[in-house]
Amino acid sequence: MLRPFTLHRPDTSEEACALLARLGEDAAVYAGGTELLLLMKLGLLRPRHLVDVKRIRPFDGITDGTHLAIGATVTHRTVERSALVRARCPLVASVARHVANVRVRNVGTVGGNLAFADPHSDLATLFLTLDASVELVSPRGRRELSLADFVRGPWETAREPDELLASVRLVPWPPGTAAAYVKFGVHERPTLGVSVALRLDGTDGDSEGRGGGARVADARVAIGCVNPRPARVPAAEARLTGVAVTELEDVTGAAAEAASADTDPADDLYGSADYKREMVAVFVRRALRIAAARARGAEPAARFPHAVVA
Amino acid sequence: MRIRLAVNGRAQDLEVASHALLLDVLRDVLDLKGAKRSCDTQVCGACTVLVDGLAVSACTYLAVEADGRSVLTVEGLADGESLDPLQRAFLDAGAVQCGFCTSGMLLTARALLRENGAPTRDDVLHYLRGSLCRCTGYRKIVDAVLTAAETAR
Repeated sequence: MLRPFTLHRPDTSEEACALLARLGEDAAVYAGGTELLLLMKLGLLRPRHLVDVKRIRPFDGITDGTHLAIGATVTHRTVERSALVRARCPLVASVARHVANVRVRNVGTVGGNLAFADPHSDLATLFLTLDASVELVSPRGRRELSLADFVRGPWETAREPDELLASVRLVPWPPGTAAAYVKFGVHERPTLGVSVALRLDGTDGDSEGRGGGARVADARVAIGCVNPRPARVPAAEARLTGVAVTELEDVTGAAAEAASADTDPADDLYGSADYKREMVAVFVRRALRIAAARARGAEPAARFPHAVVA
Repeated sequence: MRIRLAVNGRAQDLEVASHALLLDVLRDVLDLKGAKRSCDTQVCGACTVLVDGLAVSACTYLAVEADGRSVLTVEGLADGESLDPLQRAFLDAGAVQCGFCTSGMLLTARALLRENGAPTRDDVLHYLRGSLCRCTGYRKIVDAVLTAAETAR
């Protein structure tokens, strides 16, 4: 059961921000409701006003330019099926296909997912490897913030009370980038998410990758769900940068250990801190092996218990 | 708030509170008890209904969101005495045990077949993720969905 509230349905971001500014802490931003309504049912949040942002037109589109901009009220399902997302950021479409379950994907939005900042989530971890930034609008104008600065901690972001998340902007990887997203978990929400992207320079060599000069020019590794907020792991990335594609296998173990050493998990229902550190090592290694295989033009038939490979 | 919607093909004109959940309106106002309240957190799928053909958790969906839309519940699947091919296949495969998850399974499968008339076993498993059967009768449920897809082709 939900407690009564007044539902506002502004057509413009100006109206919505004015409502948020006027209503202050009595108001909550509402889009898909897949996170918000759950907390309201539990009584953990008791807003007297909901400001529905789904009628704000620029928020529901996906646009392409130097970056790919996904509007805040675009659903996971729309991302999954968007020809534009598939063309520009194919891994984003693949991961969208595995967010929660189909009912949540039909209703839940990209902006809601990011603004809610549940630590057990996929998108922020993936987006960190795509140099993501968020566009925020308020009565004071617009500002752009890196996703790393936007997500401050569990359920905490840099969004001001009268600000709205308008879109997330992704910088598509250049051609020749090998990437993978792997998530693991036995609960409804993931226990661990790992996103890796390896940008390759040089020639590919023969069909087996032999004789080629392809090297990792830029490595990105992000870990989600085990720390208070998702983050890139520079120590792991450093182990991979400059490594020849043919030698990637030799460094995946060291990179995975570096990632594990850089995490600071807590004991909770998802597992003990030690267990999570071990799982980080296991799944960073697996994700890197998948990306390394993709770098060689292969698609490994990788299946791991309780894990999803995208 | 006033909402006008179609439920199982019948026009409805209702006055609902802004905080009313679609599940409660279906069950308590329209007396359609097929969708169940179970986990109440969008995890289990027992409350699944289709809104404009898309599967949603009616337990976490405001009734006012259905304004102007078309809602399908399990009660709307059969055409009079004639069962939907999915219902027939569930019966034939023995895919119904205690029955609590069945309406959600049927509607989720209906949404899948609308999108993909020739799903693989993996497609069905992927789509039914988040539809829980605590009798653990998944194999027969997946068999039934595949059979219904074949029958429809």
